[in-house]
Amino acid sequence: MILMIPDTVIQNPAYEVKGNDMTTKQISVFLENKPGTLAEFCKVLQKNNIDMRALCVADAMDFGIARVIVDDVYETVTVLKDEGYICQITKVLTVEMKDEPGALSDILAILGDKGINLEYTYAFLTRQRDKAYLVIKVADNKAAANLLEAHGVKVICQDELEKIFGD
Amino acid sequence: MQRYFSPEKETASREQVIEWQNKGLVDAVKRVWDNVPYYRAKMEEKGVTPDDIKGIEDLHKLPFLTKDDLREAYPYGLMARPLEDCVRIQSTSGTTGRRVVAFYTMNDIHLWEECCARALVAAGATKEDVVHVSYGYGLFTGGPGLNGGSHMLGSLTLPMSSGNTDRQIQFMTDLKSTVLCCTPSYAAYLAESIHERGLRDKIHLKAGIFGAEAWTEEMRHDIEQALGIKAYDIYGLTEISGPGVSFECEAQTGMHINEDFFIAEVINPKTGEVLPDGEKGELVFTSFAKEAFPLIRYRTKDICILSREKCSCGRTFVKMTKPLGRSDDMLIVKGVNVFPSQIETVLLNHGYAANYQIIVDRQKNSDTIEVRVEMTPEMFSDELSKVTAKEKELVSGLKSMLGIYANVKLVAPKSITRSEGKAVRVIDKRNLYKG
Ligand SMILES: [Zn+2]
Repeated sequence: MILMIPDTVIQNPAYEVKGNDMTTKQISVFLENKPGTLAEFCKVLQKNNIDMRALCVADAMDFGIARVIVDDVYETVTVLKDEGYICQITKVLTVEMKDEPGALSDILAILGDKGINLEYTYAFLTRQRDKAYLVIKVADNKAAANLLEAHGVKVICQDELEKIFGD
Repeated sequence: MQRYFSPEKETASREQVIEWQNKGLVDAVKRVWDNVPYYRAKMEEKGVTPDDIKGIEDLHKLPFLTKDDLREAYPYGLMARPLEDCVRIQSTSGTTGRRVVAFYTMNDIHLWEECCARALVAAGATKEDVVHVSYGYGLFTGGPGLNGGSHMLGSLTLPMSSGNTDRQIQFMTDLKSTVLCCTPSYAAYLAESIHERGLRDKIHLKAGIFGAEAWTEEMRHDIEQALGIKAYDIYGLTEISGPGVSFECEAQTGMHINEDFFIAEVINPKTGEVLPDGEKGELVFTSFAKEAFPLIRYRTKDICILSREKCSCGRTFVKMTKPLGRSDDMLIVKGVNVFPSQIETVLLNHGYAANYQIIVDRQKNSDTIEVRVEMTPEMFSDELSKVTAKEKELVSGLKSMLGIYANVKLVAPKSITRSEGKAVRVIDKRNLYKG
């Protein structure tokens, strides 16, 4: 099956370097701020057998943005658009984090020292119990990825992420 | 090149125009009193007689006419001349209920056609031009009006009527049409078809006169670019005569009203009070020069602003903005007049679809207004701050358009109540009229 995704949903194409893309794909979804919208959203995913690997909701006064990590990004976007949701695919960085005290602050310090501003961040776990993953949204993915790798932090690309979910 | 069709009228001094209007109004009121029992009864009800009307300063004493009056008096009830003096009937396009019919003597036809000839000259047309009229012909005034104006000017007239795009384009290329008259949406469609056929180099148009429906400055720009022309607006209504009641000049900043035939007023649609020039309100016309069907203080329901600022074209007739909305959907919030069309304009100006709903409420004796806007992909981002920034832009856009603060609430796509497919634009929870 070929899924048609309009180019406009893919943000910052400039950061995509063929064969060397260090980013992972997150789906951002508009949620109206009224009772039950998040539950309804989860139900839509469930109904279509889509597993949410990570979910983070940011709230403004009158609306929210759900950010989700799933196995099949394009299939999920198609499902959501059919259901009438406004959503987009956002390229973010996902880094591996040891599940131990100080791991998070170390990573944040690396970015902070170089003045890289975090738009938002959230963490998720997988079945591998000793590891946690951190999703990071910055303005310049490539610069941040290079910086983190230089400090020995493992940056996960989309292929690796899918492999992790497959395990 | 001829700049005005009727220079002695179009550039007359303000004093001269007032003199014509004073004389015309006194005469029209007498004629109506003597010949139109329907309006005479309205005057008697208000305790006004022709003796009370000495000139336009007394205009405010006279009762209004509305479309409902025209329907009630249908078909002959507002005629000021016997049928045998009339030579033409025109009618408004299908609204609900009874149609509105207007009657014309030969002089009325000439008056109307002169209005259209003035509009053509203001758009740069001369007797050397080929005027391509793609307005509908028939009871609708668009085709007959511009056709007559073109004849009066002495231009070669192509009575194309609407539709049959291939034939339109063939005549346009073969007979070298130079001035196009049609609705703006049809002009946009013709432009697209011409480009599709690769015939842009084969057309000779230099100007277009587009009216009978609302259009934006963006549409004007697009049509002008696509056809390589200057596009002019024209305004009119069958009840008053037809297209040409007012028309745009080279300045393209509003439409000059033919004040030697029509008196224009702008009123507060709720109170009927006359507003000074420069204020927004409902446009009211008195067609004092008409013989068969003169209307006194006819309420158009169109909201606009009149301006007496000096125009670079040299015409002295007052200018009106294009209709900014309809008085029927006007809301008063915190004492300020709000039109749904203004909110639509703000959304469109920001590049969003106009899917919105206005919710007016009253909390602690103070009006509140909330504009619900359906989220669009253009507005969305994964970052909260980017979306809220766009929301704030809308709030300040609304503030400068409306003059009051309106809360913006972003809602899910297709969540705005639709009634039989049409979105419900206004929900007023204040129950102002329930006592
Ligand atoms: Zn002018």
